[in-house]
Amino acid sequence: MSATQTGTPSFSAIVKVEKLSKTFGNLKAVDNISFEIQEGEIFGLLGPNGAGKTTTINMLTTLLKPTDGNADVCGYNIFKQANEVRRNVGVVPQEYTADEDMTGINNIILCADLYGIPKSDSKPHAQELLKLVELQDAAKKKVGTYSGGMRRRLELACGLINYPRLLFLDEPTLGLDVQTRTAVWQYIKTLKEQYHMTLLMTTHYLEEADLLCDRVAIIDHGHIIKIGSPQALKESIGGDVVEIEVKEPNPDLSTDISRIALVKNVQKNNNTYLIKAEQGEEATAQIIDIIRSEGLHVTRVSLRKPTLDEVYLELTGRTLREEEVDKLSMFRQRATIRRARAGT
Amino acid sequence: MSKIKPEQDSSLSSTAGQEKIVQAAQPDAGLMRTPPKENTSPFHGLWALTNRDLRKWYTNPIQLFVSLIQPVVWLGLFGKALNFTTFISSSGIPPAQQNAILLSYFGTTSYFSFLSCGMLSFIVLFTSAFSGMSVVFDRRFGFLNKALSTPVARGTIVMAKILQSVGRSLVQAGIVLIIAVVLGMDTSHFTAQGIFGAFVVVFLMGMGLSALFTMLALRSADWQTQMAIINLLNLPLLFASNALFPLKIMPTWLQDVVRVNPVSYANDATRQLLIGATGWGSLWVDFAVLIAFAAILSAVGIILSWRFLSK
Repeated sequence: MSATQTGTPSFSAIVKVEKLSKTFGNLKAVDNISFEIQEGEIFGLLGPNGAGKTTTINMLTTLLKPTDGNADVCGYNIFKQANEVRRNVGVVPQEYTADEDMTGINNIILCADLYGIPKSDSKPHAQELLKLVELQDAAKKKVGTYSGGMRRRLELACGLINYPRLLFLDEPTLGLDVQTRTAVWQYIKTLKEQYHMTLLMTTHYLEEADLLCDRVAIIDHGHIIKIGSPQALKESIGGDVVEIEVKEPNPDLSTDISRIALVKNVQKNNNTYLIKAEQGEEATAQIIDIIRSEGLHVTRVSLRKPTLDEVYLELTGRTLREEEVDKLSMFRQRATIRRARAGT
Repeated sequence: MSKIKPEQDSSLSSTAGQEKIVQAAQPDAGLMRTPPKENTSPFHGLWALTNRDLRKWYTNPIQLFVSLIQPVVWLGLFGKALNFTTFISSSGIPPAQQNAILLSYFGTTSYFSFLSCGMLSFIVLFTSAFSGMSVVFDRRFGFLNKALSTPVARGTIVMAKILQSVGRSLVQAGIVLIIAVVLGMDTSHFTAQGIFGAFVVVFLMGMGLSALFTMLALRSADWQTQMAIINLLNLPLLFASNALFPLKIMPTWLQDVVRVNPVSYANDATRQLLIGATGWGSLWVDFAVLIAFAAILSAVGIILSWRFLSK
């Protein structure tokens, strides 16, 4: 069934999306998107509310039938082999779906039952997963007594019960406190680094995407605007900004500085040079060398790296979104945030 | 905070597909193990899903208690106040004639026993009506999507909703029957086969009705609409049946409606089985109608689930 356990390196695409579209009435929620995810990478979908992230995940997890296009997940076609897709992927939805009247461990076993995993396997495996998400002490407590962070971790454990090759995480840290968020990040890293799992996650939080994702796709109005590693995306908007103040306004060293290979652009204002460069740390060192070699004195240095926020705002615009988002998904998001904050 | 020490992996490159793959297996979460052989039968997960819903009910005695208030009120207050037997016996007609009148209308001389059988279908109807509600809440809170993302058969999700409701109906009907006996239902015709037959009737009617209400909820995430549907269907199904009043006293147009209402066949059957009433037709006809009702509506529910459970 699952081929993760073979241990042989494989760089093949585990998800292939071709011209996928989904239309709800007049709304093109997802419009002709194509991308591939390589085995073993963490792939992030970034975008504002209503951009089409969850719709994309729902199509790839066979919850929604695409209007057009095609996709293969784990080597199976989402139209023709939906059940095989379901067997091979794990899904951690945005909502807290665990049953509050059941204990943590029974919730995981219920998920296992839905996959047809025999109890002889699901019982010990549930324990192992609870240990992974550090819930073993709360295993026999009803989920109704769990805090938001505990519930999020339980959802993660449920999503792993079927030994997935590919895990879908929809807004895994929505509304969580800093501690739980950091813990969830850690689990995600563990899954990738120790178990070589492929992960597809959506997020609102750009620092999260920057920290975790190997590649991100920025999606808005149902289109993929840009796709690439966080590093490449940041560099695409012009690289690092180095600001250097010197004691002596003359001579002007702009031409000398611009000869450095890493430097892209130099501006001079009185005593201050404003320099755009790749790999700012190394560029700065070289610039300072040049200034000093001319016998001048550096009085202040600052290095600013572009954040993914800037990339994102540049690509999706700064206008506030007040689009109509469907009622149910907003209800769920509010409920998720409320529950995440509930409890201790 | 996190006890899992990430392996400080210096060679971890952030470009796609370039990260190193071979590492020591970490068996602690079992994720590296070969997965077990899965049960791929179309019925897997059926009991797990059914029990999930039943558990909410049997671990919450208040819910069970509240659901029994209505039939008790009907039996104890309505059945005792509007008792046709007392009504006729206080009319001054000679007793022999009284019995003949009662028999010709109710098929039995005890209106209370007549109503008690009607209350069995009442409790089944009201229990089944809410079977759709749990679909709505599962959709609203995302559990439905989670179940749909697993290989569990779509029809199994619907069948579990139907079966949990049938399970509740059987237990609640049993309790209503006990209460009815305590309050004065005629037990002189009780036989083991009769009681068993009555529960088969409850099973079939519960199956058909909960299939109906479940399929009406397949697309809905809105509990207000669902409440409206319940109110729209519940009382007409009850009053346009012979649950409370006999067919004979109704106007002809209503009689025609009552004759197509499957609830009437359930009442007719339980009255023949439990209190030895003369029915309006053969028991076999009643059972044939109920079996067809249960089978057709369940089948339609499963077929609709393939199409409408996911969008």
